[in-house]
Amino acid sequence: MIAKSHTIRIALVGNPNSGKSTLFNSLTGLTQKTGNYAGVTVEKHEGKFNYNHTSFSVTDLPGTYSLFPKSLDEEVSCKTILSHAPDKPDVIVIVADSTNLKRHLLLATQLIDLKIPCVLALNMIDEAKKQNITIYKTELENILGIHVVFVDSRKKTGLEELKSKILNAKDSHSIFYHFEKQLNLFPNLKTYKELVELQFNCTDEDSKKIKQFEKEDNISRFHKLNYIIAKCIKKPEQLNKSLTQKLDAVFTHKFFGFIFFFFILFIVFQFVFFIADFPMAWIEKSFAYFMNVTSNVLPNGELNDLIVNGVLAGISGIVVFIPQIALLFLFITVLEDTGYMARASFILDKIMQKFGLNGKSVIPLISSVACAIPSIMSTRTITNWKTRIITILVTPLISCSARLPVYTLIISIMFKDEHMFYGFNYKGIVLMLMYLLGFGMAFLAAFILKLILKSNEKNYFMMELPVYRMPQWQTVFMLVFKKVKLFLFNAGKIILAISIVLWFLVSHGPTDFPVKFKNDPTALKTSQNELNAQKLESSYAGIFGKKIEPLIQPIGFDWKIGIALITSFAAREVFVSTMATIYSSNTSNGNTTLREKLSSQKDLITQKPIYTNAVCWSLLIFYAFAMQCMSTLATTYSETKHWKWPFIQLVFMSILAYGSSFIIFHLLK
Amino acid sequence: MRHIIFKIVTLKAILFMTLDQLKIGQSAVVQEFTDDFLSLKFIEMGCLPGEIVKVVNIAPMGDPIAIEVSGYVLSLRKQEASTVVVTILNDVILNKTI
Repeated sequence: MIAKSHTIRIALVGNPNSGKSTLFNSLTGLTQKTGNYAGVTVEKHEGKFNYNHTSFSVTDLPGTYSLFPKSLDEEVSCKTILSHAPDKPDVIVIVADSTNLKRHLLLATQLIDLKIPCVLALNMIDEAKKQNITIYKTELENILGIHVVFVDSRKKTGLEELKSKILNAKDSHSIFYHFEKQLNLFPNLKTYKELVELQFNCTDEDSKKIKQFEKEDNISRFHKLNYIIAKCIKKPEQLNKSLTQKLDAVFTHKFFGFIFFFFILFIVFQFVFFIADFPMAWIEKSFAYFMNVTSNVLPNGELNDLIVNGVLAGISGIVVFIPQIALLFLFITVLEDTGYMARASFILDKIMQKFGLNGKSVIPLISSVACAIPSIMSTRTITNWKTRIITILVTPLISCSARLPVYTLIISIMFKDEHMFYGFNYKGIVLMLMYLLGFGMAFLAAFILKLILKSNEKNYFMMELPVYRMPQWQTVFMLVFKKVKLFLFNAGKIILAISIVLWFLVSHGPTDFPVKFKNDPTALKTSQNELNAQKLESSYAGIFGKKIEPLIQPIGFDWKIGIALITSFAAREVFVSTMATIYSSNTSNGNTTLREKLSSQKDLITQKPIYTNAVCWSLLIFYAFAMQCMSTLATTYSETKHWKWPFIQLVFMSILAYGSSFIIFHLLK
Repeated sequence: MRHIIFKIVTLKAILFMTLDQLKIGQSAVVQEFTDDFLSLKFIEMGCLPGEIVKVVNIAPMGDPIAIEVSGYVLSLRKQEASTVVVTILNDVILNKTI
């Protein structure tokens, strides 16, 4: 029994595909929070519920197959379960798939042996009933020595019973481990828990012994489980899996499998890049209206300028990405939830292997079209170190949604809407080309890294192909909501801060800056445009941009682009808002769009346009390859635990970007 | 005597094979593992000596393969499958045992 005086902390533990997240959603609903585990970027999902005047806090741990972790994700779960910290879980809820109990119960017997209060939730009980599987609950309870509850997290049945059983959770008297083996190998250890804890802090010799123990222990567990299953479960002889088999015949077909994969990609891209345009335009318009109203309501002056051009402009730059990111996450979550993603990994593994990647790299690579940060985090399921490092390093080369506004702006300078190529819009073709370029370069870089990086580790790829299921929409929307929120607050904070700093740099300068323009009699003679241009040139931002001009001149950039390159380091899309800030002070007519302003820019001396095709292509290539995202570098660091990797990422991508832009600029000039 | 030994050797060569050599639809019984590290993973995934495995799918490019074991489907590369020694089950025997 547990003391009822405080909040009871529950951890949900189970194999991948046990329906853990759905159960978590059914239990906690809208109270969820997503945070990070200390020191690692593994997402920590927490929520609350009240039952019988007691408050419960629930943590959804990453899926694990056993207490002897084989991947980073699993390690986090095991360490949380074994934790001695004051916020360690009071009760473990073991979630198991009722339709496939044998493998799921392996983890259950290991957890029981830890002698901590446990409850076993047999999930997807309705599915088991459909398959004519009968589970004798009392028998199972007697053998395992813990409460067993039938639940169906999709239909929300059994939840009340589960809550009451959690309140009465007890540690079991049953013992499943290979006791003699443990005494032979580790005479000093007294309990199974000590042995499991030892693996995180042990010598090489101990580690070998643990592996030996693990192997024999698991075999003996499965033998016991065979007996338990025979006693407690009645299964029909032939399992009915015809739907999954039929779907697999199509999705993993030699020809149609690939066609279907590219069809799905096509649909996803259509939604992310074309359908998302409409809500994005609404958001932009509403913000423009709101900024206009605010600037009229507030008294003129510094504060007005800061709020409108600094804060509001910054927020609008973040919010505008939400439709795109939400749609992409929605598709990826649905594809994963239904079981299709595992099939995509299955059919593509052979190709990925040639590039030093594996089937599990497919998900990170596709999701990096939205943002590299969640993609790098999702590489944790890749068990092989070398494959994981390669995936992390090349992921930022794929064009993320932050590059899209940059591409859109530059492409629209180069091509007009009426430019058509055999009936296709030039802009669309160039945009697609940029995405293909990103994917191509990612694979090329992966191939080179595969040859350079050395590793003695066993490279293996083993993955469950789950049964196809209809997506659980509530869970899907909850996940998408959480991911969008995470993006909004993590990346958003930096983008907002940078846009305020930027506003200051552009509107302020060294001490004599404002005075000079008020009192200089020559200034009055020049036109308003030139006055503003001069003002910008002598601001902090202008001075800074000029400092780096010699460095970027060889690739065709002037000091104005220089300013934008620096601010892009916060996030690439800041390029657009920077250009807007730089050039908005350049014209008295507020209605001209940024694109029109840029295409009409002329060199003051030669009167030739500044944004020639050579400059535009150079910019496009630079933005495609350059590592201009501090958040990504920070994520690479926290995922690899070594500064070496973000440093390598920064250096190789910078050289690649500068070199490619240099070549393209001089070819087109 | 030599004749008998020869017979046993050929019999073993026919019966014992590795998991990657099975064709779609063929079933076999897991006997042992030739790789220590992978054996831990296989056992954890419910693929242990004595279990019946069945090849249910082979990826379009010949690799990886998918096997049915312990009531679910596991995909793995041929390289990993080649570390699992199995004895093939004749379809007739299979229908009787299961």
